[in-house]
Amino acid sequence: MEIAVALATGIVTGCSVYLVLSRHLIRVAIGFVLFSTAANIAIFLSGRLGPMAPPVVEAGAGALAADAANPLPQALVLTAIVIGFGLVAFTLVLLLKGFIRLGTVDADDLRETDRPDNAPAAVRPAEPRREAA
Amino acid sequence: MQPLLASPLLIPLATAAMTALLWSRPVAQRVASVAGAAALSIATILLLLEVAGGPPLVGRMGNWPAPFGIVLVVDTFSAIMLAIAGLKALAVAVYILGSGRASRDRRGLHPLFHGLLFGVCGAFATGDLFNLYVWFEVMLIASFGLLVLDGTRDQVEGGIKYVALNLIGTSFFLIAVGLLYGLTGTLNLADLARTVPTVGNQGAVAAIGLLILVAFGAKAAVFPLFSWLPAAYHTASMPVAAIFAALLTKVGVYAIIRVFTLVFGYDTGFFGPMLTVVAMATMVTGVLGAAAHYDVRRILSFHIISQIGYMLVGVALMTPLALAGSILYIVHHIVVKANLFLIAGAIKREGGSFALGRLGGLWAAKPLLGLMFLIPALSLAGLPPLSGFWGKLAVIRAGLEAEAWLLAGVALIVGLLTLFSMVKIWNEAFWKPQPNPHPVIPLGRMARFGTYAPIAVLCVLTMTIGLWTEPFAALSVAAAEGLLDHDAYIAAVLGPVQAATLTETTP
Amino acid sequence: MKPTLILRSSSALLLWCLVAVSVYVLLRGHNAPGGGFIGGLIAAAGVAVYAVSRGRAAALRMLRLHPAALCGLGLLVAAASGLPAFLDSAAAYLTHRWWFPDVGIQLPLGTPLLFDLGVYLTVLGTVTAMFLSLVEK
Repeated sequence: MEIAVALATGIVTGCSVYLVLSRHLIRVAIGFVLFSTAANIAIFLSGRLGPMAPPVVEAGAGALAADAANPLPQALVLTAIVIGFGLVAFTLVLLLKGFIRLGTVDADDLRETDRPDNAPAAVRPAEPRREAA
Repeated sequence: MQPLLASPLLIPLATAAMTALLWSRPVAQRVASVAGAAALSIATILLLLEVAGGPPLVGRMGNWPAPFGIVLVVDTFSAIMLAIAGLKALAVAVYILGSGRASRDRRGLHPLFHGLLFGVCGAFATGDLFNLYVWFEVMLIASFGLLVLDGTRDQVEGGIKYVALNLIGTSFFLIAVGLLYGLTGTLNLADLARTVPTVGNQGAVAAIGLLILVAFGAKAAVFPLFSWLPAAYHTASMPVAAIFAALLTKVGVYAIIRVFTLVFGYDTGFFGPMLTVVAMATMVTGVLGAAAHYDVRRILSFHIISQIGYMLVGVALMTPLALAGSILYIVHHIVVKANLFLIAGAIKREGGSFALGRLGGLWAAKPLLGLMFLIPALSLAGLPPLSGFWGKLAVIRAGLEAEAWLLAGVALIVGLLTLFSMVKIWNEAFWKPQPNPHPVIPLGRMARFGTYAPIAVLCVLTMTIGLWTEPFAALSVAAAEGLLDHDAYIAAVLGPVQAATLTETTP
Repeated sequence: MKPTLILRSSSALLLWCLVAVSVYVLLRGHNAPGGGFIGGLIAAAGVAVYAVSRGRAAALRMLRLHPAALCGLGLLVAAASGLPAFLDSAAAYLTHRWWFPDVGIQLPLGTPLLFDLGVYLTVLGTVTAMFLSLVEK
């Protein structure tokens, strides 16, 4: 079982890397979703698969039953899912804003902020470029 | 004691909540923001006085016992970082008063600003690796919002790059956390310090260490993971850029120092040379990038990267002197760097531009601003008797003592190149005549106070660290000793019983 | 796309149904699946239906508080729920404190409920703010 889940983690990671390397920003966003999913599966797997009983101490008992599942990875994954949900929601809003503002979802068109800036007149003739103030 | 320990988290959280509640009242938001930042800086200084030199202060959240629940651990190093973060928060909160853009207040500048501080303080105070991940995310979400606050084309574009690269970094961290948990069954830093050296599969430990180094390195903007920083920082508004420059990358540096001394510190043979190379490459690429640019904001952004290299020297060499030098350097850098960004904002407000080609004549027009630029600029370059000199001196001397000749040499040369960049800004913006004279709009009284008061206070602080170094150096040495004294940390978190069994089981 | 008459007239009813369910889920979370997070999401779904059928402005009017302020209120409540722990000088932040008033049955009240209420409001505020910023376009 562990092998199957580990393989699934690898496949999901591979898909996400393929998507993240794309130029299309929506695909990149989907790639992030898959990447965090892969991370969540990895955490879940690292808590060991197997016991399935709910990790609740029975009334009167002093400790967990022997076949209780490990609750910690579940708590970690739950936290990571909630955080991932927030990040993805923000990313989508940002991409929508980017589409409205910049008119593109192609990573190759995002060159504005990497443009070399004005050199002083002594070094290079100043270009009559307007600043985006 | 316990309320004081929780206060660095509670105060920014309460302030963020209060400013969010006052959503439609910008003036009230500004008042609440400055009050919250002042309270934070007072609380963190009290905490530093409480902790300095002594054993770490530990808070078990919800009274859950140590390796199971989340712990807050504040040792001298954490307390120093918290105090300096509180100070920066206050400086930037006052600086925001000087910016007339009320539209930013309506878009949530203050809640996001204090949300960012909440994440930063949490990251400095936590003693749990997964909790550190959560604080990183709190910080990240807030910084996303702050970066694209004005919604300009530049900001949205820089924001997309920033978000994309940082999401990858945190995913790496999450995967590393999962693997480390699978290997050791714990995520409490003290417990990890105890168990990681005893793990049989040291190859897996090294791989996880590398994953964590990539994740924190992306946060700290080290070579070759820094590309998000120059793509995004120069698009942010100046108060935001100042707080980013002061705190965001430093959280990454803090995390590297904390985890690679406490958890992976036993394996200096593997991580030491790697961190040395990373530190050198970071210094050199940052300073060369700065030399190539002619926009004040971009020059300063690249200098952040260059300075990160100096901060890594401590953890690369792992000697008490090197760590103390790094800590002193971080303190100096946070004070000076944020001040330079605030000054860049003042240059924009007074001179009308960030581009060096369009600036000029500021020394004649605003001699006070020129003087206040020179203090942090020369300090950044490491000229005596300013604060940067002592930080660089300690780092380079530690390099010489550890016989890392190349590292020490690179640190010296990079200092020289830093001076070149700073002189370039001076020559272009302050010294040369104004190329295209235009009527200057004088600032109002509030704007003048908000702009110059924080800059002046930070300048005085720079001078103080430079001229009266003794207490700061002593504090850094105490923090470095605390970082290397793993047993004290473990005993404080897990209790003396488990620390005793540790000395029995590990040779 | 114009919402249908049925959706428009039933959205207020749906909203209150969903809020009622969300409060039930919030309280149920004490010892069963549920709690502040899922409750807040359900309530936010109700607001979303309302906003889709009657528009963003009507939804903001109905909420009275701005979603960000709602989120701030939630954070404040959650943060305050940890403060009673300091009544005991040795206890750390967020240590639980309980109160069992006897009104026919023993009501298990305590700081965790307050914390959950804070989570509920924070999630409701955050999700609503995100949703409304999308509806705007």
